[in-house]
Amino acid sequence: MFGRLNWAAIPFDQPVVMIASGTVGFVIFCVLALVTIKGWWPYLWREWITSVDHKRIGVMYLLLALLMLVRGFSDAMLMRSQLALAAGHAQGYLPPEHYDQIFSAHGTIMIFFVAMPFVVGLMNFVLPLQLGVRDVAFPVLNSVSFWLTAAGVLLVNASLVVGEFARTGWLAYPPLSEVAYSPGVGVDYYLWSLQISGLGTLLSGINLLTTILKLRAPGMGYRQMPIFCWTALASNLLIVASFPILTATFAMLLLDRYCDFHFFTNDLGGNPMMYINLIWSWGHPEVYILILPAFGVFSEVVATFSGKPLFGRRSMVMATMAICVLSFLVWLHHFFTMGAGADVNGFFGIMTMIIAVPTGVKIFNWLFTLYGGRIRFTVPVYWAIGFMVTFVIGGMTGVLMAIPPADFVLHNSLFLIAHFHNVAIGGVVFGVMAGISYWFPKAFGFTLHERLGKAVFWCWFIGFYLAFMPLYVLGLMGATRRMQHYSNLHWQPLMLVALAGALLILLGIALTGVQLAVSIRQRERNRDVTGDPWNGRTLEWSTPSPPPAWNFSHLPQVDRPDAFWAMKQQRGGAQNRNVKRTYETIHVPRNNPTGFYLAFFAVLLGFSLIWRIWWGTGLGLLGAIVVCLMQAWRTDTEVEVPAEKVAAFERLHGPKESTV
Amino acid sequence: MSAAEQALASGDAVPLSLRGPAPTRVVAGYGFWLFLLSDIVIFAALFAAYAVLSGESAGGPTAADLFDKRHVLIETACLLASSVTCGFGSLAVQSGDRNSTYFWMAITFILGVTFLSLEVSEFSHMLSIGAGPSRSAFLSAFFTLVGTHGLHVTIGLCWLIVMLLQVATLGFQPMVSRRFFCFGLFWHALDIVWIGVFTIVYLGAHL
Repeated sequence: MFGRLNWAAIPFDQPVVMIASGTVGFVIFCVLALVTIKGWWPYLWREWITSVDHKRIGVMYLLLALLMLVRGFSDAMLMRSQLALAAGHAQGYLPPEHYDQIFSAHGTIMIFFVAMPFVVGLMNFVLPLQLGVRDVAFPVLNSVSFWLTAAGVLLVNASLVVGEFARTGWLAYPPLSEVAYSPGVGVDYYLWSLQISGLGTLLSGINLLTTILKLRAPGMGYRQMPIFCWTALASNLLIVASFPILTATFAMLLLDRYCDFHFFTNDLGGNPMMYINLIWSWGHPEVYILILPAFGVFSEVVATFSGKPLFGRRSMVMATMAICVLSFLVWLHHFFTMGAGADVNGFFGIMTMIIAVPTGVKIFNWLFTLYGGRIRFTVPVYWAIGFMVTFVIGGMTGVLMAIPPADFVLHNSLFLIAHFHNVAIGGVVFGVMAGISYWFPKAFGFTLHERLGKAVFWCWFIGFYLAFMPLYVLGLMGATRRMQHYSNLHWQPLMLVALAGALLILLGIALTGVQLAVSIRQRERNRDVTGDPWNGRTLEWSTPSPPPAWNFSHLPQVDRPDAFWAMKQQRGGAQNRNVKRTYETIHVPRNNPTGFYLAFFAVLLGFSLIWRIWWGTGLGLLGAIVVCLMQAWRTDTEVEVPAEKVAAFERLHGPKESTV
Repeated sequence: MSAAEQALASGDAVPLSLRGPAPTRVVAGYGFWLFLLSDIVIFAALFAAYAVLSGESAGGPTAADLFDKRHVLIETACLLASSVTCGFGSLAVQSGDRNSTYFWMAITFILGVTFLSLEVSEFSHMLSIGAGPSRSAFLSAFFTLVGTHGLHVTIGLCWLIVMLLQVATLGFQPMVSRRFFCFGLFWHALDIVWIGVFTIVYLGAHL
């Protein structure tokens, strides 16, 4: 009846897991109870769950990512504390089979359910506003993408309580991930949650790419497009080109596991190295999918707060697109030790060094934008400068490992761990944090608490160096990754420093919560009534904060990058956003529950497949098809916003005769 | 007045990229093109896997032992012919001609089903002689590549039924015509993939 599922799947004998999941369950129960008692369900259903507004969906992506950051970071704390203890005769408190699940879950969650939703959420929120249009190309599909990502999140977290997670590392290399060596459901949880959320990411990539290429304000050609849109264009091109490889690769591993195929097995001609080649030809572009939008955020932040146009805009665009292409030519540097031979390793080593060049170009773009600017040291600028310092170090260690002989020494050591956290935290996380504090007032109508924001920055910045610089040293001393215990007592002091760094970052994450709470309490004091709190340069700042569902009452006319800056200059500093005073009826997409229903059936389908509950599989599939058919016959897809309502909104929130 | 504004005012001189948001018809088709490209990347990965594993028959039957060129030729003819009839059907959709839409799309459907049943008979023959996907890495890659294409054809046939029902119930609304246009793209894309399968898998077996 329930396939492999029975009471033994719930780890009653593991106190750490039971306490953690009990606490999470209790918190979820309290939140649901609160929502029910307060009667918030209709509001949540109407304004958020069924919303197809790109701004709402963007915010939900960011909330999901923040939540998962807490989950992924608690895994990090477990690992750091285990390694601080487990030296010499001490064994720490985490048995190896549990520790293996923790590092696998940490990597999986941080990349797929923290970094990806952060970046996709920012792009979702910002792109239509910067492009001067009313929504993304396919609003309902956008909601479907988000809810599929949420379905993946639910499955991955269910593995904490019901069953187990993969013990294979975050990319589940075969033959370890084959049935012969991982007979449990851990790898299945990994594969199905990533297949479902990966479909969401692919659909969102197609959606945003269509939006950038086909929906822009009149007059906005590619030469007039803001730089964040350019980086998002590159990132979404990479999503559309690389995520299908991930889907196909996982499908092959699933066939191996479920149907006794032999793609990656040791016997009958299977080839495990093919998996590693395929997965990294998705995996390396993925790195740039995450970092390029962060580069875009820094470009916007640096230009805005220096009060100058971005230095060398054209070279920035060219560097971005060069990275976009080159990112498909470096995948083999993740496994120089495969033994492909000196020529192949040499090629990929050189390509890796070449891809560092456009990144270097960007660093100089930002530096020269700051140079001679009238810099305002706000929170986003702190993140931007912290990023430049940190990312250069991470880039240097990356280029160092691009030398195949050096990589043979450093492969799978803690040096590598330090390197990729250096670029992932110093690049992606700092970029997302900069983006959140930069665009927060646009989303919610008030600015975030400035001093607490700076405290968060210092916690992350110093915490990062404390946590990861020791790992560089430990890596050179011979410490490997995915190690649950070590016998060399000389490593312990550095492990303790790393733990201290992780604690400081934990403080930073906690302070983010405090910052949010304080900012919400003091929102009247920090109200953004102009819609342009930072004296911005691009079109999103020409709308009121928060923007109406239709974003722009009139589509703006654009003739250059920094379009809003030019409008402000031409009108003598007065914020006169619209010359025309007559309004027309606007059509906005109607709320749609399709995404939520699809996610429901996707969870049912995924969970049933993981536990081999075949009737549930059929039910999930059937439900999903019925939901799609219902969507296909839906004809009332738009709501009219009458011209009077638009006019009334503009009278209330529209441009006032105030100076900048 | 800036240069771009002047260009906008003068009408047809405005480059496409400066004219503002494209109409829904264009946006929908464009998005579907991107989806098809991503789908073709999936096939690219499967082709790559087949290329790596095609020699790994692990002592079992090889490609040259298994594939019957004549059988595949009929399959190919059916699928290519269905692309032609799908094209006529698309023209009928454009002109809003209900009866000829039904006619051409029904022929497309029959040709698609014929293709699929030929494929199923090939697969079941292979399974019956012990050449199933579990036999070797080569056969795993073969069944996955060709089977994924077959799965796409199956989905396409289901989609076609849905589209005919949509025409019957909703008529040729813009929404329905847009979806028919996307269906046409999908069906032709499957042909392109099949040309790859035919060349690499079936002709490649007898090199």
